[in-house]
Amino acid sequence: MLDLALHVRDHLLLAGAALALALLAGLPAGVWAARSDRFRQLALGTINVGRVIPSLAVLALMLPLLGIGFWPALVALTLLAVPPIAINTDIGLRGVPAAMVEAARGLGMTQGQVRARAEWPLALPVVFAGVRTATVEVIASATLAAFIGGGGLGEYILNGLAEADTQQLLEGAVSVSILALGAEALLGALERRLSTSVWGPA
Amino acid sequence: MIAGGVPVRLEEIHVRYPGADRAAIDGVSLSIEGGALVVLLGPSGCGKSTLLRTINGLVAPQSGRILIDGREITGVAPEQLRRGIGYVIQAVGLFPHMSVAQNIAVVPELIGWDAAKIRTRTDALLELVRLDPTRYRDRLPRQLSGGEQQRVGVARALAAEPRLLLMDEPFGAVDAIVRLALQDELRRIHEALGTTMLFVTHDVDEALRIADQIVVMRAGQVVQYGSPLHVLARPATPYVAELLDAADSVRRLQLLRSGDAMRPLPSAGAAAGWPHVDAAHTLREALSRLLDGADCVAVDRGDTVAGVLTFDDVRRALAAAA
Ligand SMILES: Nc1ncnc2c1ncn2[C@@H]1O[C@H](COP(=O)(O)OP(=O)(O)O)[C@@H](O)[C@H]1O
Ligand SMILES: [Mg+2]
Repeated sequence: MLDLALHVRDHLLLAGAALALALLAGLPAGVWAARSDRFRQLALGTINVGRVIPSLAVLALMLPLLGIGFWPALVALTLLAVPPIAINTDIGLRGVPAAMVEAARGLGMTQGQVRARAEWPLALPVVFAGVRTATVEVIASATLAAFIGGGGLGEYILNGLAEADTQQLLEGAVSVSILALGAEALLGALERRLSTSVWGPA
Repeated sequence: MIAGGVPVRLEEIHVRYPGADRAAIDGVSLSIEGGALVVLLGPSGCGKSTLLRTINGLVAPQSGRILIDGREITGVAPEQLRRGIGYVIQAVGLFPHMSVAQNIAVVPELIGWDAAKIRTRTDALLELVRLDPTRYRDRLPRQLSGGEQQRVGVARALAAEPRLLLMDEPFGAVDAIVRLALQDELRRIHEALGTTMLFVTHDVDEALRIADQIVVMRAGQVVQYGSPLHVLARPATPYVAELLDAADSVRRLQLLRSGDAMRPLPSAGAAAGWPHVDAAHTLREALSRLLDGADCVAVDRGDTVAGVLTFDDVRRALAAAA
């Protein structure tokens, strides 16, 4: 029998690390895309190509490069989480009304003040929605890490399949689902609060 | 509220946008008196917005000097400069995530007023633009009509007591009736504060209604600068005449007051049975009464009849104004 608490911890550690890296890469990429049409085209093209490749294939492709274990799984999950974060950051910032920015500058806000007081508060709910999507995707997909020895709850499913042990298989699947749905519910609630604090009660 | 406005001087301003094949502003010089309400009038693309934006530093001219209150603005940090100049645009550009009061407080906060002073000022400004503070203070912009949003836009621009207000087609997006009301309000606010106002429009009637002085522009240049009556009566070029439809006498009558054209009553009580206009009403309204079938119109000042107008008086006033 596997230790559930330990596997939940590993699963969340992997997902959390991937998410942190994806934020570090995705937010700046989204900001850059919002400011430069050329970079946006390039980034969207790359993302669309990347999307065609299934997650499991990405994991397999990591094998010759990074071997097996935690690190290739981390890289693959990070790649998975960057697009929703970058895309929503781009959409959020591009959705900021141009007239408001013009007025903000005309009233004497500095570039930094325009960003902090006008652009980001408006973009934030959209950016956060991207983070939520990425989080749920990463938690669900971290299951696949077990296939390349990355640990986590996927091991239940892997063992369950190998040993034709339905109970073990279900234990893994249900645990992952609970984590993913829990994250979805929690972040969804946060997102609604954020939206309300920006836009007022609906 | 502090009254008064600064003079503005433009000397040989040239602006060319990167990559453009001709100058957007092509040698503009203007001298604007402190406290005047000056309208920049001209067709779309003639450079009105660009000229306005050079004055608050949103556009940097290739050459020329801009002096506000006698001081050249090139040495001033642009943000610092803009905090002292009100700016209103057609799309209003209120911050959608801030309440009406927070929107109005933006510039006072940038320059560090204390909360109590900001609060008092916000309510006073809402009163000034005729929005009941208790009802509107905490609303969000999306809970306002277009006209109300622009009232808040004007209040926000006036918040830190600027002595110069720049307005770029501020009433262009509201419907005709609201626009008329806002024009009257703007005149009233201008009279109350004495702020120097530069107002951009391509609407000739709007320009004639509100301007002390009109700057007629074409292709980045100033073609004529003068009072509404002056540009209508003495258009400098055929272009100005056509733009303003200056041959239309009725349009000119709209600029003349009945009280200025009337003659004294021939005898007390002579006005019995005549139609009445107020001395502040335009000659266009007096003419309208005359065309309704009367030979004479009584001109009232307050409750008393102060004078009389006939067709001949209207015609004489029109000729005198030419
Ligand atoms: N940001 C800009 N970049 C390049 N050209 C511009 C820009 N803004 C305005 N122009 C051009 O400058 C000229 C004057 O424009 P503008 O000042 O907006 O005129 P108006 O306000 O009278 O309609 C036009 O030919 C316009 O196309
Ligand atoms: Mg314009």
